Amino acid sequence: MDALKQTPLFDLHASLGAKMVPFAGYEMPVQYALGVMKEHLHTREKAGLFDVSHMGQVVLDGAPVSGIALALETLVPVDVAGLGEGRQRYALFTNDAGGIEDDLMIANRGDHLFVVVNAACKEADFARMEAALAPRGIRVRLLEDRALLALQGPAAEAALATLNPAVRDMRFMDVATVTLCGAECWVSRSGYTGEDGYEISVPEGSAVALAEALLALDAVEPIGLGARDSLRLEAGLCLYGHDIDTTTTPVAAALTWAMQKVRRAGGDRAGGFPGAGVILGELAGGVADKRVGLKPEGRAPMREGVALFETDAGGTPIGRVTSGGFGPSVGGPVAMGYVPTPLSTPGTRVYGEVRGKRLPVEVVSLPFVTQTYKR
Amino acid sequence: MKYTEEHEWLRVEDDVVVVGITAHAAEQLGDVVFVELPDEGTTVSKDDEVVVIESVKAASDILAPLDGEIVEVNSVLVDEPGKVNDDPEGEAWFFKMTVEDMSALDELMDEAAYRKFVG
Repeated sequence: MDALKQTPLFDLHASLGAKMVPFAGYEMPVQYALGVMKEHLHTREKAGLFDVSHMGQVVLDGAPVSGIALALETLVPVDVAGLGEGRQRYALFTNDAGGIEDDLMIANRGDHLFVVVNAACKEADFARMEAALAPRGIRVRLLEDRALLALQGPAAEAALATLNPAVRDMRFMDVATVTLCGAECWVSRSGYTGEDGYEISVPEGSAVALAEALLALDAVEPIGLGARDSLRLEAGLCLYGHDIDTTTTPVAAALTWAMQKVRRAGGDRAGGFPGAGVILGELAGGVADKRVGLKPEGRAPMREGVALFETDAGGTPIGRVTSGGFGPSVGGPVAMGYVPTPLSTPGTRVYGEVRGKRLPVEVVSLPFVTQTYKR
Repeated sequence: MKYTEEHEWLRVEDDVVVVGITAHAAEQLGDVVFVELPDEGTTVSKDDEVVVIESVKAASDILAPLDGEIVEVNSVLVDEPGKVNDDPEGEAWFFKMTVEDMSALDELMDEAAYRKFVG
């Protein structure tokens, strides 16, 4: 096995008392001194700083951005060509069976597209994009010289504005080039917590200075991967490899909001992405199973892999939990999983089997907490 | 106090043994969010799984440290599982049990031995 990689903030994590764990080939902070619960609550109340430098940052350039966007549309069921300059959008790489190969963010930065992909998928995503785009004269570069920080929470705007007030003018899913601590940063107003906030691509040599400048503020605490997971779960956001994977389609995953009309049947650029036949067929005809929010009625957390049943005894599993745990802001267990479409209506009761006992679970709308994006 | 390799502490109070988990164990578990206790009156054998605790990270079991009977459980922990982190070796005891053979306690670690055990 290869040695674990370290992000530019590794020494800073150590000095902050982080507990480090292997994650997607990197040595990453799972929690700091506050612990998962307090880190989670702090992010919802003030602001949390996350090191997400393990994620893949990819620049697509070398051709007019309109052409790059159309070329990228051959890989995603998303309207990329219609993405305005200075805007960002969620997308999915699909496969020929309609399954999801990864989820990603695509930003139109004027003369190039900037793509952020999951750490565990970044080599495969790079290869996928290069194979599809290089023959069209598009350059695909996986950046190794930039760190990625996320600043999330209601105090994020005020905190980042102390370094450059221009960030106040951004709204949800805007992207801009902003000078922070003397470095050219690529900032988006987005995140993975359900809170208002920013993601900041920073040259690696300036990453520690930027992180330290933010951590020096009273409102900002460092937050590990543990709280990142409970925050995104409460926000109803999918974790690739768990809630979505190569066997789940965007329709089953309830991610059809990410597929704009122009790529659907009857749209000007309908289809033309891997698995279009399957996915457009499901949009028209429905799908057998769907991803839903699950609220265990008791206090026992239901974690990934818990089998779901229609009744409190007997029968075979009808679905399973794909992410689950304790939601600190909800104050109880929260989960997501797949159930048959007829059982996917909010208010439906199903049962999760925990330690041999069938415990009631209510199908609920996502998210569990109100998103506070600045639109 | 006596200690097990499962990071439980045992304190003898008159003719019953009070059982909880050590501060070291609570620290390793992280924030405890769920506690499931056995019924009072349950007869247990050493190493039976008697209590389930779940932290933000994972589920784990607490095993019966000795043969005996559960005579009282600390129901407060069901509603306030966070007490396990706040006061693991005091207020947050899990259960009291009668033990068939009190001399079995002598084979458990004392505080010095437990400290050495956790390094």
